[in-house]
Amino acid sequence: MICVIVVEQKPLEDILEMVKGYERMLVLGCDGCAGIYQVGGEKQAEMLSSLLRMGEKTVHNKENSKIEASAVLRQCDKEIVREALENTIGDYDVILSMACGAGVQTVAEVFPETPVLPAVNTKFIGMQDRELGDLHERCRACGDCILDETGGICPIARCAKSLLNGPCGGQVEGKCEVGGYEHDCAWILIYRKLKEFGKLDQFMKLRLMRDNRISQSPRDMKGGIKYTGGGGE
Amino acid sequence: MEAYSNLMQAILDGEFVFTGELEPEKTTNLEELVEGAKPLVGYAVACNVTDNPQSMAYMSSLVASYIVQRDAGMETIYQLRCSDRNRLALTADILGAAALGLRNVLALTGDHVSLGDNPGAKSVYDLDSALLTYMIRKMVDEGVDLAGRPIHEPPKLHVGVAVNPNADPLEAEIMKLKRKEVAGADFAQTQVIYTMEKVDSLFDAYSQYDIKIPTLIGIFPMKNYGVADYFDKNIPGVSVPKELLETLKKASEITDKKKRKEKYMEINLDYFEAFVREIKKSDARGVHVMAVGYEEMVRELIARVRGKA
Ligand code: SF4
Ligand code: SF4
Repeated sequence: MICVIVVEQKPLEDILEMVKGYERMLVLGCDGCAGIYQVGGEKQAEMLSSLLRMGEKTVHNKENSKIEASAVLRQCDKEIVREALENTIGDYDVILSMACGAGVQTVAEVFPETPVLPAVNTKFIGMQDRELGDLHERCRACGDCILDETGGICPIARCAKSLLNGPCGGQVEGKCEVGGYEHDCAWILIYRKLKEFGKLDQFMKLRLMRDNRISQSPRDMKGGIKYTGGGGE
Repeated sequence: MEAYSNLMQAILDGEFVFTGELEPEKTTNLEELVEGAKPLVGYAVACNVTDNPQSMAYMSSLVASYIVQRDAGMETIYQLRCSDRNRLALTADILGAAALGLRNVLALTGDHVSLGDNPGAKSVYDLDSALLTYMIRKMVDEGVDLAGRPIHEPPKLHVGVAVNPNADPLEAEIMKLKRKEVAGADFAQTQVIYTMEKVDSLFDAYSQYDIKIPTLIGIFPMKNYGVADYFDKNIPGVSVPKELLETLKKASEITDKKKRKEKYMEINLDYFEAFVREIKKSDARGVHVMAVGYEEMVRELIARVRGKA
């Protein structure tokens, strides 16, 4: 199980529409989250660039568009992006990024002269189930984690109403009214887990309203963040 | 405890109370609603006025509640959902309701907006039914809003909540009701049930968790077989007893319109009069009759149960 920012490629027609009017394009993959599960990595960037080449010819009747592909280790890292592209950025009119929204904006900040467009939709912070190849939302980065009170199951991300005092009247035999009773009701999962732990008193407790300022965007964490490059160095 | 409403007064007096249900729709015309409420005056002590039921974008329940009280002389239980309003809007509506003379509010979390007729709407859920109850209590008892800011002339009203005896697992639902009791709910109304078995298991659970909220049992006389069949098939977690459904189906085959209507009345009265009499023997403090647009039935049922009591 790993945790990633889940992205999904936009429909090709939408991407073609977006790049209308540009001649020299770089499809830029990200080998971070988007690459890990093969949606926006180097291979997918190459694949998308060949589809775009075909599309430019057949849809836009343009023979001479220059469409190239490459990828960087992490598009959300300014230094990595700068090093990888500073010598070639002048060769392109547009960058088509396959990273999450943070990656797209990082590239745009590093190269403010070049338009950077999203080739993917950024969806959620996901947990991957490798066996089934599924991705599930488990955390919404709410800024005030209450997993300690809820048996380790997040009601913010997993309850369709993000309720603090569920289950709501919409649960039927442990399934949620949203999405046609396919998803588990988070609050029934919480109930079962806390029951297992002998902590139903915690379940029964009235949880008071949140201070929503905690998750007010835009959020920052300023200073004191020591960059190690990963790997626990 | 002081009663601000007829409903609460009747409950405190130990009466077995009846409440009805009215549903404003996507219209600016409330004539039908008002006419539907009039025959129930003197029978039901109050009527719920639904708030965007099933997340349909309908006429404001606040306004409809007020107009029903004004024009039909029927006290209302103003339903209020958390789906569509944050704590500011909820505070504003409670203050407005009190100013308009509304005396009962039913605090609901509300169906998810994606189930309604504007499924792409943003859902709110800043609060939930328990927290809305908590907020109203603070406003009424302490004269402050949720942030503790003083209210000049606090509202005087009662807060009711919903409970679903069909919920499985029931324990989770009961524990949630316990939270609402802790938050300060004055009364509860249940989802539709059809059998004493459900009534009994509900009150068994109440005693297990020491819940004392006066509770009205929700029942649903069905105007015709179509309504019954739809309810049976489409409302998850609850089904119409097979025999009752069969009897209604048979009645639907009667070709004479008047006779058919009479048969439906008879079937409903047979079933629900007996059921309500049994409910009366339980810990229930009354019955909430959710038969929207079936006033003649509601009125007759109440008259019978009262008459022969
Ligand atoms: S409560 Fe849920 S959304 Fe908030 S930080 Fe914890 S896991 Fe994430
Ligand atoms: S059914 Fe459960 S998960 Fe779905 S909205 Fe209600 S409490 Fe949340």
